[in-house]
Amino acid sequence: MDFAFSQEQEMLRRSAREFLAKECSPKVVRRLMESADGYDQALWKKIADLGWTALGIPEEYGGVGTFLDLVVVLEEAGRALLPGPFFSTMGLAVPALVEAGTEAQKKEVLSAIAAGSARATLAFTEPSGRWDAGSIGLTAKQSGGGWRLDGVKVFVPDVEAADYIVVVARTRGEGEEGVTLFLVQDKPEGMAVRPLETLDMTRRWSEIRFDGVQLGADAVMGAPDKAWPRLKRALEWATSALCAEMVGGVQKVLETSTEYAKTRHQFGKPIGIYQAVSHKLADMLVLSESGRSATYYAAWTVDADAPDRSLASSMAKAYVSDAYRKVAGDGIQVHGGIGFTWEHDMHLYFKRAKSSEVTLGDATFHRELVAQALDL
Amino acid sequence: MDFELSDAEKEFRDEVRAWLKANAPHDAEGGGDLKSFIERRRAWQKKLFDAGYVGMTWPEEYGGRGRSFMDQLIFNDEMILAHAPEPINVIGLGMGGPVVIAHGNDAQKKRYLEPLLSAEEIWCQGFSEPNAGSDLSGLQTRAEDQGDHYVVNGQKVWTTLAHVAKWCMLLARERKEANPRDGLTYLLVDMKSPGIEVRPLVQITGDAEFNEIFFKDVKVPKSQILGEAGQGWVVAMTTLLHERGTLGLALATRAQITASELAEHSRKLGLGADPLVRQKIAQHTIEARALQLNGYRAVTSVKRGGIPGPEGSILKLMWSELNQRMTETAMDIAGPAAQVGDGDGWKYQFLRSRANTIEAGTSEVLRNILAERVLGLPRSR
Repeated sequence: MDFAFSQEQEMLRRSAREFLAKECSPKVVRRLMESADGYDQALWKKIADLGWTALGIPEEYGGVGTFLDLVVVLEEAGRALLPGPFFSTMGLAVPALVEAGTEAQKKEVLSAIAAGSARATLAFTEPSGRWDAGSIGLTAKQSGGGWRLDGVKVFVPDVEAADYIVVVARTRGEGEEGVTLFLVQDKPEGMAVRPLETLDMTRRWSEIRFDGVQLGADAVMGAPDKAWPRLKRALEWATSALCAEMVGGVQKVLETSTEYAKTRHQFGKPIGIYQAVSHKLADMLVLSESGRSATYYAAWTVDADAPDRSLASSMAKAYVSDAYRKVAGDGIQVHGGIGFTWEHDMHLYFKRAKSSEVTLGDATFHRELVAQALDL
Repeated sequence: MDFELSDAEKEFRDEVRAWLKANAPHDAEGGGDLKSFIERRRAWQKKLFDAGYVGMTWPEEYGGRGRSFMDQLIFNDEMILAHAPEPINVIGLGMGGPVVIAHGNDAQKKRYLEPLLSAEEIWCQGFSEPNAGSDLSGLQTRAEDQGDHYVVNGQKVWTTLAHVAKWCMLLARERKEANPRDGLTYLLVDMKSPGIEVRPLVQITGDAEFNEIFFKDVKVPKSQILGEAGQGWVVAMTTLLHERGTLGLALATRAQITASELAEHSRKLGLGADPLVRQKIAQHTIEARALQLNGYRAVTSVKRGGIPGPEGSILKLMWSELNQRMTETAMDIAGPAAQVGDGDGWKYQFLRSRANTIEAGTSEVLRNILAERVLGLPRSR
């Protein structure tokens, strides 16, 4: 057993951190979060030139490296609050395409993503906001040699930036039976996108209405009705990816707050000398380290296709969801009044924590999955 | 990063699994009176030792097996799966042995390690005193230099297993120095020496698991100094690093056992379908797993050329607070049955767990260590 990243991965981490410090400074994050589409094509091009959009994609589709390499970069992206479709493309759409796409779809879309010329996303949730098979209600019916989609998806990330959308639909039955994935390209007729006002301004979430959207037969990913097991694997993969982004944010909040506690003086001493403050920071450290351990392990189980990958990703997401919210909140508390201002970056992490918490299932949802795995 | 076992490791795992299946006893924690409990655990350790499963990573020449950390981890995991009880000599195995290996001379290693492993000799730790708890350097027990031996006078307290121990790791003051951490000497004291009196302290559980030790003109030969005279603080810190680091892994194993017992408890009570119970038990199980994974990361960093660092304090801090929460949940879901008889099997653990956040460094001390030595915050004292 070896529970650490390789030297090459540590080098990748260092270069990613340096790159993002320069290209995705808090100033850039704020400019992008207030812009219309929330991301910068020039920055995407640079990211693609670094090879990040190829990480974890199979070599035959132009990919390079492993999922664990991507995890390293995602952690740094979360640390820098990188806005834009990096997570939705690499963390949501790529897993769905790799797990469920046809050869032709993979060749076309994965190659384009790896090359940096396409972005993609996953449309799963509906107004219930749930992440289980039972919540899938958008219907797809066979029509004119193809399929007709009717229904609504909400909380879909980065739709405006996406060239491809993987849409989860119901073709028959209920629950895990009769789930089918469709690959939607461009904006077909009958598809209406409404951007939502978001708490976490570094992310873009939209509602998509499908009103008789006509798709060709080749839009189906894999076998109709049978997508759930594949999709479930993709969600485990995606969950580990999201956790990686989250633990990057947790670590950054811990470091910023620790630094502040060393330099901010009250009663003639640095506030970090007072145990009410230092013990809070020690607790934040415990949450940060444990979240990282759970996340790295979950990522490894995905990479190695270990039998406990489902349990490991649920454990990680349950732990990290609570940890990020708690650490970000405590980070504000350590900073006092300045931490509550718009000017300070702490609120950006606090909001990112919340948006990540409810994405791909919150702690309560994943604890229930763990309970099921324990056979309670 | 790789968690796959090699073929040799898989073979070892299968061997351990088969052995535990055939040999592990199934006695409940805290069942029976303390004396018979201790004897059962002593016999169990001897059996483990004879089979080669105690001191697996210790040097072979001193009774260890010279195996890898990985084998130790595999063994720990199999102990969880088998619901097997712990060996008796927890303090000797977690602290005594490692500190003798780190600071002892060859003669000392030859003398002390093997009987410790076989549970022939049980160890206890004489650090805390009535006026020296978290502030250990304030200890007052004296070791007076008498040429070829010391004469020890003073009192130690909260000493687990002292009534059955053969050896006590004693930290005593040889001389007063400006810095209270200087002038301390670390001695291995024979608990059968004249002048030692052990008085059991009845604890919250009603058992007398720990003790006070009184030392009155106790002679300790100088051959029983561990490390250098006057340099006992360094040796004591090694002891504590092991206590919180290596022992942390054993604690992670223990947390997994408790979490699985708790799941079983809820099933027996027919509460497995209760959503609140499911949430709580899942959360405990997740935290126990996170604790174990933190331990694995610590092992990897030791393997890559470090020594156990202050991060080990994370393991002990997490385990002690988690263990309290788990026993509280167990008692909660037992309802009124929790407060009669043996509390549905959880009374002992529920009460005993209150000491977890005090012994081997209070949670407050551990948070100080994390804040100051890991995060680099200014010292509060």
